[in-house]
Amino acid sequence: MAKDGAAKLSKNLLRMKFMQRGLDAELKKQLDEEEKRIISDEHWFLDLPELKAKENYIIEERSYAPCEDLVFGRMSFRGFNPEVEKLMLLMNTHKEEEDDEEEDNVSRMETDITDEEMARRYESLVESMRKKFAKKRDRSAITKNKEDVNCDAVDNRPKKAFLKPQY
Amino acid sequence: MDTIHACFKEKIGEVLLPGDVFSFRLSESGDGSIKTEKIICGPGLRRNGEEVQVCKSGILRHKQPNMYWIDSQQRRYVPAKGESVIGIVTAKSGDIFKVDVGGSEQASLSYLAFEGATKRNRPNVQVGDLVYGQFTIANKDMEPELVCIDSCGRANGMGVFGADGLLFKVSLGLVRRLLAPQSEIIKDLEKIFPFELVVGMNGRVWVKAKTVQQTLIVTNLLETCENMTSQQRQTLFKRVAEGSL
Repeated sequence: MAKDGAAKLSKNLLRMKFMQRGLDAELKKQLDEEEKRIISDEHWFLDLPELKAKENYIIEERSYAPCEDLVFGRMSFRGFNPEVEKLMLLMNTHKEEEDDEEEDNVSRMETDITDEEMARRYESLVESMRKKFAKKRDRSAITKNKEDVNCDAVDNRPKKAFLKPQY
Repeated sequence: MDTIHACFKEKIGEVLLPGDVFSFRLSESGDGSIKTEKIICGPGLRRNGEEVQVCKSGILRHKQPNMYWIDSQQRRYVPAKGESVIGIVTAKSGDIFKVDVGGSEQASLSYLAFEGATKRNRPNVQVGDLVYGQFTIANKDMEPELVCIDSCGRANGMGVFGADGLLFKVSLGLVRRLLAPQSEIIKDLEKIFPFELVVGMNGRVWVKAKTVQQTLIVTNLLETCENMTSQQRQTLFKRVAEGSL
């Protein structure tokens, strides 16, 4: 095999990367193009004329509900079932909001407690949850901060870390 | 665009028969400018290539801006996606319930399609219960599927309802009259006595009032409403209101 020399090497072998390191840029380009041509020849394609998809401008709708704007099916009259009456208000005003294209008519739902009450309770809830999950040292810090009504500058003592003994 | 609406406009309010065709010959030269608006064909109208064909006999109705449909009468319900119906649970098999909705096939309702249902926390649904749900899948090729929650996961009034009360069947036309936005029948019924009503688009209506007699009165009124003019109905309701008080 050594006697034959470079002439007897196959085409595929010559196309491999390590054999091309010594080549010029031009030769490399030619080889690349040949490879691409071989690959794209192997790809399959449909030999049909180009068909444009027709845009459907007729939409089919099978249900009567959007046609006639039917309301919600559960109804209750004269307070027979108060939950259903609430639902009726909710669902029917929701539908009206979709129809009106003005700015939001945000219908405020009846609330049991006012917004301020809600905000106050939420604040205290957050505080108590924070205390519950705080470490013992932080817990005392929190209570100390709360007692300071004037909100003076608090002196932050350095955290107690391990001090290496000096011999 | 005006040609299309003009074709329809001359027939709005007229009786059409199956086989009537609306065809629009659009010139190719306009290209993008003509085909911008969409037309929505409601029930009773079908698209056939570039034409619209009528497939039910009835009156052509129109809603702004571009919705047309045929108003017809029938008693047989065909499931359609998005409609809310009353179903009766007939069987429990594995993970789904089989529900009878009055169509050609029984609908399936998964046990996870209830509010707050998980694999461990199964909903309390027995055979014979009444269920108010919506269709998610309803076409002629597949078995219809019901759910009792909306896309956000909330029940919104759907699910099992009603221990007492009476379920009966009416025609689909009456159901649509009852569910219309400003329904006169409902307004007249309200004045008589307090009661609860669930109307399914498959022609089933469930009524519950304080006593059995009142329930039966409401049932009979609804069943007779179908074939009465509004005047006859109002005189009848007045008589009932006076009689019961």
